[in-house]
Amino acid sequence: MTISRRGFLKGVASGGVVLATGVPAAEARMSKDLPPEAVGLLYDATLCVGCKSCMVNCKIQNSVPGGALYQQRMAAGVKEALFCTRPAVAEEPTSPPTYETTGIKGNEGIWDAPQDLTGDTISIIKVYRNGTGEKKDAPLNGYAFFKQQCLHCITPACASVCPAGAFRKDPVNGSVYYEAYRCIGCRYCQIACPFNVPRYEWDSPWPEVRKCQLCRHRFKEGKYSACAESCPTGATIFGKVTDLRAEAKKRFAMKPGTEYDFPIRTLTSGDTTLRKVAGYADRIFGLSEAGGTQNLMLSGISFDLLGFNKDVPNSALPDLTWAYIAKIPWVFLGVFLGGTTLHAITSRMHVNGKDKDKDKDKGEKHD
Amino acid sequence: MIDFTKYAGPNLGGVVNKLLDDRHSDYLGIKMDTPFTRVLVLLILGAAFSAFYRIVYGLGASTNLNDYWPWGLWISFDVLGGVAMAAGGFIIAAMVYILNWKKYKCIVRASILNAFFGYLLAAISICLDIGRSFVIWHPMVMWQVNSIMFIVAVHVVLYTSTLATESSPMVFEKLGLGRALNGVNRCMVGIVLFGVLLSLLHQSSLGAVYLIAPSKLSPLWYGKYIPYMFLVSAIMMGLSMVSFETILTGKVFNHAPPRDVLEGLARGIVVIGCIYIAMKVVHLVTGPGLGGLFRYGFLGFMWLLEMAVGAFIPVVLLMKKANRRNLHVLFAANILVIVGVLLNRLNVGIFAVSDFPNRVGGDYFPSFMELMLTSGMIAFAILGFKLCAKYLNLFPQTHH
Ligand code: SF4
Ligand code: SF4
Ligand code: SF4
Repeated sequence: MTISRRGFLKGVASGGVVLATGVPAAEARMSKDLPPEAVGLLYDATLCVGCKSCMVNCKIQNSVPGGALYQQRMAAGVKEALFCTRPAVAEEPTSPPTYETTGIKGNEGIWDAPQDLTGDTISIIKVYRNGTGEKKDAPLNGYAFFKQQCLHCITPACASVCPAGAFRKDPVNGSVYYEAYRCIGCRYCQIACPFNVPRYEWDSPWPEVRKCQLCRHRFKEGKYSACAESCPTGATIFGKVTDLRAEAKKRFAMKPGTEYDFPIRTLTSGDTTLRKVAGYADRIFGLSEAGGTQNLMLSGISFDLLGFNKDVPNSALPDLTWAYIAKIPWVFLGVFLGGTTLHAITSRMHVNGKDKDKDKDKGEKHD
Repeated sequence: MIDFTKYAGPNLGGVVNKLLDDRHSDYLGIKMDTPFTRVLVLLILGAAFSAFYRIVYGLGASTNLNDYWPWGLWISFDVLGGVAMAAGGFIIAAMVYILNWKKYKCIVRASILNAFFGYLLAAISICLDIGRSFVIWHPMVMWQVNSIMFIVAVHVVLYTSTLATESSPMVFEKLGLGRALNGVNRCMVGIVLFGVLLSLLHQSSLGAVYLIAPSKLSPLWYGKYIPYMFLVSAIMMGLSMVSFETILTGKVFNHAPPRDVLEGLARGIVVIGCIYIAMKVVHLVTGPGLGGLFRYGFLGFMWLLEMAVGAFIPVVLLMKKANRRNLHVLFAANILVIVGVLLNRLNVGIFAVSDFPNRVGGDYFPSFMELMLTSGMIAFAILGFKLCAKYLNLFPQTHH
């Protein structure tokens, strides 16, 4: 018995050594590099006219099997979660778009009236209003539109905290997506996302977390993000992240009043609209926030005024936890070595001090 | 006593009979059918109802949680608080089995059992708090080592089983299973060591859960060292909890609390309390600064309240030797520490994340169902402890 206990300790200790060398752990650590084919959106608030076409198309295009708002039948969802299997796509019919009535009288699901991102709404256009609200993109006595949705972080906090790996980042195009069958519903992703993006289906007994997944289900069909596709003004455009960054920097550097051909839908669609540059406030949102995001935003009004969380650090958040996790193997080792040594010493003291004839292992025996 | 061999056959009935044999604890004078027990049972029934309601109708129907407040009372109180309350188990076990401080042996069973209930409370509550309770085991098969929540989940499972094993000698003893008893006792040092390791990691990882949220948790609480502050405060709370319980069980069950043990625990509270105060003060001064206490308004007040109740007052009280010997003062100081550390967990879980949600109009106050479940869980722990005191040999040394 004593031998088996020693063997056990040895086994655990050597396991600790393997862990401490960090072989499996190093691979698990999240990447901080932009994926090779990273794609994203550039939203330029100064071009947005608040028509909400993007929201309408987002809901419709994501209500199909594989889409981010797709309402799976509960029985099927429970079965997949219990058996831990990836859902088979396109088996079930398209679900109706998840319109929100927000308790407005007379709206019996006739039109969509969301007030915020919710479990039924993964992108939203909101309005900023100040004073008389006369001038567009002016912080004082002005108004502006702005868009909220997942920004597809380069090192996503939501994916790093998920205990079941339900949120994941595509290694190629970088979209951060969700596999409902894995999710346990702990909502740690909601705590972790610095932009408050993931939303929960609070009213469902078998809830999912909902957020924009960059319309990745449409990529396979050669299509791209539905919101960019339907935006008539070029406020939301889709493209490669490196190109979008260059485009955003170019716009940001331009003098207000300069005429510029703004591309529509995608950077390479060929369609453009000639407009005067309105002038941008602040910074390009998404270059450094939380270590950088694939979606970028430009605005005429500072993002703090628009209500974005102003305390988001400019470094990858998962690093903060990793510093702690990396110590765990050492704690393992330390406690086992320290604990056994202490125990050996104190047992000997105990035995020597009291009764020398007795079995050395006395300290381990109990009534 | 009812003879269960009549109803359940000689084998099963015999086991039940043995388990229900409470002659050895007669001296404790535990009465089961008291008004207090009835209230406890009622609370537990209430909790069972809200658990049922929660499972059938979902979180939205039963709680006031929302997208800006995804974690509320259940996580802050039942999970963060329940686990902190359980810290006594690993400390006392380590003192007795690893450091061979035999003086504390008379309270080791009670404190391990207490820890077991603390963890059970946390485990049941988290099971109901997550949206898909039936797949709570997913992290175990879908490893995701970047996630503190994964690490927490593994610890809860492992440590609850460890605590069950550590408590099992009481049951084996009862059933007269000598071989199993010997086996467990032989491995006890290894098991305890494993438990210590898991507890150190688990107590600190509950704080580490918040490392990812620097933009949400108020700087009064957020810091690189929050895992270690959680660990140290849990140790302080664990010692107080054990001391509190020893005095309390001494009062309600007829057995005299061992004075020197209580004094030792009180000394421990002072030492750990001083370390905790030092950590918190250094964190305050180097982080948000003393001015932060005023700048953050209500949160500053909550910080002061938590520290005054949970650390400053009890530590100052217990610094005096005379006070450590005075059961009344000691009892009061223990309660202060427990309340203070629980308040700390509530602060971190609910109040300290209020800044951003408040700015965008979010709000949270626990619903009736949430409160009912939490109070039922507390009642469950108390009743469970009482039952164990009656039917298991919980205080071996005082048994004559
Ligand atoms: S914005 Fe939030 S939800 Fe989207 S990838 Fe980043 S952390 Fe995840
Ligand atoms: S709620 Fe689901 S997706 Fe979010 S962290 Fe928990 S398991 Fe992962
Ligand atoms: S990219 Fe996101 S916001 Fe745009 S349509 Fe697709 S899911 Fe909606």
